[in-house]
Amino acid sequence: MKTVHYAWLALLGAAAILTGAVSPGSAGQQPAKSRVRAASRPAPASGADAPDRTGFIQRWLILEPIPVAPQLTDSAVQAVVNKQYFPNQFTALPHDRDTVSVADQSLTWHAVDTSDYNVNLFHFASALNKPTSNVLFWAVTVVVAPRDMPNLRLAIGSNAASVWWLNGEEVIGLYNDRQTVIDDGVSKRVTLKKGPNVIRAAIVNAGGATDFCARFLDADDNAVQGIEVKLDANPYNP
Amino acid sequence: MKLRSVAAAVLLLVAPASALDGQPGMHDPSTVIQADGKFYVYATGNGLPAFVSDDGWTWQRAGSVMQAVPGGRPGPEVIARGGNNSWAPDIVRAGDRYFLYYSAPGAQPKSAIGLLIGKTLDPGSPDYKWEDGGPIVWSDGVEDSNAIDPGVLRDPTNGTLWLTYGSYFGYIRLVELDPKTGKRLHPEVKPANIAINSEASIMIFHDGWYYLLVTHGSCCAGGNSSYNIRMGRSKKVTGPFVDNMGVEMIRGGGKLFAGSSGRHIGPGHFGLIDLGDGVQKFSCHYESDLDRGGASVLDIRPLLWRDGWPVAGDNVTAGTYEIQSARTGTALEMAVEGVPVGGARGRSGRGAAGVPGGRGDSAGAPAVTSIPAQEAAQVSGSWPTGRVGVRMAPYMVQAQQKWTITPAADAGGYPGSPFFKITIAGTDRALAATEDAELVVLPAFTGGPEQLWRIDQLADGTYRVMPKAVPNSRDPLALSAVGSSSPTLSKFRPESDRQRWSIVAP
Repeated sequence: MKTVHYAWLALLGAAAILTGAVSPGSAGQQPAKSRVRAASRPAPASGADAPDRTGFIQRWLILEPIPVAPQLTDSAVQAVVNKQYFPNQFTALPHDRDTVSVADQSLTWHAVDTSDYNVNLFHFASALNKPTSNVLFWAVTVVVAPRDMPNLRLAIGSNAASVWWLNGEEVIGLYNDRQTVIDDGVSKRVTLKKGPNVIRAAIVNAGGATDFCARFLDADDNAVQGIEVKLDANPYNP
Repeated sequence: MKLRSVAAAVLLLVAPASALDGQPGMHDPSTVIQADGKFYVYATGNGLPAFVSDDGWTWQRAGSVMQAVPGGRPGPEVIARGGNNSWAPDIVRAGDRYFLYYSAPGAQPKSAIGLLIGKTLDPGSPDYKWEDGGPIVWSDGVEDSNAIDPGVLRDPTNGTLWLTYGSYFGYIRLVELDPKTGKRLHPEVKPANIAINSEASIMIFHDGWYYLLVTHGSCCAGGNSSYNIRMGRSKKVTGPFVDNMGVEMIRGGGKLFAGSSGRHIGPGHFGLIDLGDGVQKFSCHYESDLDRGGASVLDIRPLLWRDGWPVAGDNVTAGTYEIQSARTGTALEMAVEGVPVGGARGRSGRGAAGVPGGRGDSAGAPAVTSIPAQEAAQVSGSWPTGRVGVRMAPYMVQAQQKWTITPAADAGGYPGSPFFKITIAGTDRALAATEDAELVVLPAFTGGPEQLWRIDQLADGTYRVMPKAVPNSRDPLALSAVGSSSPTLSKFRPESDRQRWSIVAP
């Protein structure tokens, strides 16, 4: 059973200050920057970011959470993630601080870096005073491959359910209440094409902690290196 | 516990484990040897019967060795030292030749072990013939030895060649052989006594230890035979060989390796089959196979290792199982939305939420209703009718997680087992390999090679599961847990848990 530990929230507030996490839209702040959990990395920039030494992608654009029903079965999650919430939901390549309207709410995309292998969505949403339970998170990133790289697999973990697309094609889904485990869900063999490749994820949380992780594995199931994460690389207009 | 016992009994009734197919009837088999893509084994009988198999599962008689020996019988010196019989052989490859050692007893314990030398095992080859290499060891009928039942070890640490032999009447003996000639390397040295009151001896080497396997008990009385395989081990090839309780085999010791079980009585004459990639099997004969009228037959079974000792494994038998990843502990399932067994229930086991004693109310005595097992027919109404993906998930005894493993008729096999079909229990939905080396559940089993599965038990007791063929691929691939929830097919890596699976009765 997942339980929100309210004591965390107080700590989280302190952590948000200590780490310099800021809520979007605050007057006088530096341009868009949100940090997830740790302050050991610089704020996301327009430059390239390499995956960590174990291949995990640490730079993402994340949309503020969308309230959804707390159901995590295969069919319920598929229905939730395939519902239209905002225009060009499956093709848009947002920028930091872009906003979209969802059911009369204005939600903002945030560029975030994480210093861990995973992205902590609970901290992300809490720091923004947004709900963390019964929500849908959209996450997008752009991976730049130096050459065509066939026979890779997108390997992900999520708390809770999630569905993932690579260059517009759904490649993996995880359902039911679950914790984030490295390489929990692994796609069938895919090709990263030379240049920008878009990874899009929808993470559905019912209650309690929520996070995700993602990396690519090679044909020998080793973490892929040599790729870059570049949020401003536009695959539609390279 | 009672239910489990009943289920086990049902499994046994519907799933007799056949010991190989074709013509496996034989006694005192040699080590099974692989040559030119085939398997060969030789046994006791007139002229030393030979048997061949293309796959290690279906065996055919292939004439007799002595048909290819000048004179058609043991050489004159062999007969002089022993007698004109041909029993219980063993065989080893020596470069581009084969050394075949055979028993030539006279009036036991006056016996001899002869050597035959050949270039090929294929009776259809123009080079197929066996040349007499003379007697190698013998017993004079008085000494404490009966020179039959040869067993050969090539020491993997240094390439030396060793022969053990003997059958009751005293000792199991050891001599060193010349790897070039197959004859004794030091004929002037008295053979060493290494065990007593046993027969069918042979040594194997594993992880720094030499293991001496022998057969105890009585043979040749059908279902009344008490044959069983026992063993001791030593750090030196010359012994002393000591069992798990510290009793030397020269004083009658021997840890049990294999005894009678199931429908098979009296295993004896151990032989190692190393298939590579860490997959080992052993051959033996049963004095009596109750499913073949009590005849003596060859069998091939998995060889496991536990606590430094070999363990006789069992080939998979037909039944319904959970297929659980050793890497993750998650279970292979057809990728459909699961339904809790018995429907949604709270911890009290009673009814829906929100009512006293119902879901979420753990107060009071638990419900006493027994919830029946979930059958596919109960929940399959919502399953797609076409091809369905395969994934892994925590095992919750649900219908899409239970697989029925059934021998596939007339589909061939591999050493010890036939190919199997693997279907969702209660359905004909069949696990299959896809053209892109992934997995799918097909609506029905049609017998294609991508739907046939080889299941080898590995040294730790888990299993390697491989499709007979992957479309568009010539590489042998194994079922692999590439992620906690994601299976695929990939090259087998013995050192990894990815391709190790437990096959567990649900």
